[in-house]
Amino acid sequence: MNFTLKIWRQKDAKSKGCFKIYNVSDINSDTTFLEMLDILNNRLVLEGKEEPVAFAHDCREGICGMCGLFINGRANGPDSGVTACQLMMRKFKDGDTITVEPWRAKPFPVVKDLIVDRSAFDKILQVGGYISVNTGSAQEANTLLISQKNAEEAFDAAACIGCGACVATCKNSSAMLFVASKISHLARLPQGKIEAVERAKNMVAKMDELGFGGCSNTGACSVECPKNISLSHIAKLNREFIKAKFKK
Amino acid sequence: MSNLFSSSIGRKLIMSISGLFLILFICVHLSVNLLLIFDDSGKLFNLAAHFMDSNPIIKIVEPLLAIGFAVHLVYATIITIQNKKKRPQNYSIQNNKATSSWPSRNMFILGALIVLFLAVHLSDYFYKIKFGTMPTIKIDGIIMNDAYLVVSKSFINHFWYSLLYIASGMFLGLHLTHGFWSAFQTIGWTNDLWLKRLKKISIVYAIIVATGFSIIPLYFLIFM
Repeated sequence: MNFTLKIWRQKDAKSKGCFKIYNVSDINSDTTFLEMLDILNNRLVLEGKEEPVAFAHDCREGICGMCGLFINGRANGPDSGVTACQLMMRKFKDGDTITVEPWRAKPFPVVKDLIVDRSAFDKILQVGGYISVNTGSAQEANTLLISQKNAEEAFDAAACIGCGACVATCKNSSAMLFVASKISHLARLPQGKIEAVERAKNMVAKMDELGFGGCSNTGACSVECPKNISLSHIAKLNREFIKAKFKK
Repeated sequence: MSNLFSSSIGRKLIMSISGLFLILFICVHLSVNLLLIFDDSGKLFNLAAHFMDSNPIIKIVEPLLAIGFAVHLVYATIITIQNKKKRPQNYSIQNNKATSSWPSRNMFILGALIVLFLAVHLSDYFYKIKFGTMPTIKIDGIIMNDAYLVVSKSFINHFWYSLLYIASGMFLGLHLTHGFWSAFQTIGWTNDLWLKRLKKISIVYAIIVATGFSIIPLYFLIFM
């Protein structure tokens, strides 16, 4: 398969970026999107005329959440429930022009080319995305009873990999689905309930402070989420936050 | 309660509560308006309009309604302006159609169109009934405004006026396809099951409202 790539190139955070056109040929349909970028980069290195395209990646199996790219107007491209590393080139047509951009949101500044700084997510986690438990040997599992429903829903929320696709696709650059995943995951479990009030207050305050937008319930975040996290977790976040505000 | 309404969720909560209040008002308003097409003598509609005009409870609710509208409008503007700033550089292409509905992305535009309609609507009926001169009619020994005559005349004699009402009914319906379930979602009254149910109820309610409000001018245009 042959493709024309329109890729955002930006030297560093301070430079002004622009799109550059590259042609790639003889791409196997079973190649992943990142492998296709690797092939392009190999060529650019061999040619020695310009730097290879910088993009974030790590596990390449949809778990680490590093490889977020805005491909043809969609977070992680045309496939659903996948990260960019899981996107296969067979999802495109031979001869397609593919536009590749970094996530665009005020709290996610571009570092270089397609790499953005997502440390804003870490800052949100630092103010409440944890449970304060003393380490030690694990206690007998049956002493903490968790209903099947809560366990399932907490697990669904815990699937969030913090990739930022929700922010990237949201028209308001809202991080509600990310924050909701963390809050919903922990608030449904006995260990997490203890700090639920402070967690909801602090994480939402930090989210607002860092410049993420509000939620318009368009649902785009859930559609583009590689882990298919449901909007109902946002409802849970709203519940937890309103409850927390009334408590103290 | 500290700072609830200055947070992003709190501001949406205000939109949600004021929105639900307006949804309730629309329900009452449509019920009264539909009397226009169920009784060609106009007696039922005039009696209902007189009741709404003279009932003490309605008199108390009326300023609340104005506040509800104002709050919904002001917060919508604040939220929209703030959210617009969150993406300083737009994408060169963004395929929104694949991820969300058109009304959900354009609630402010739909709302603004409804406000424009409201300006015409209020100056034509509300202002005339409250402060202007209206033709009167005697029903069951009580002299009251002949609101039916004014409304029916407007629709029969002015084609563009009817068209404005039909279009506005549609805009309101589109606004509600998202607004209805979104209000419950913001309060947190949803889960996976109720999210699906509320989205369906939203569409049904939106169709009822859009059809209900549009059918009235159509009825006068076609049958009167």
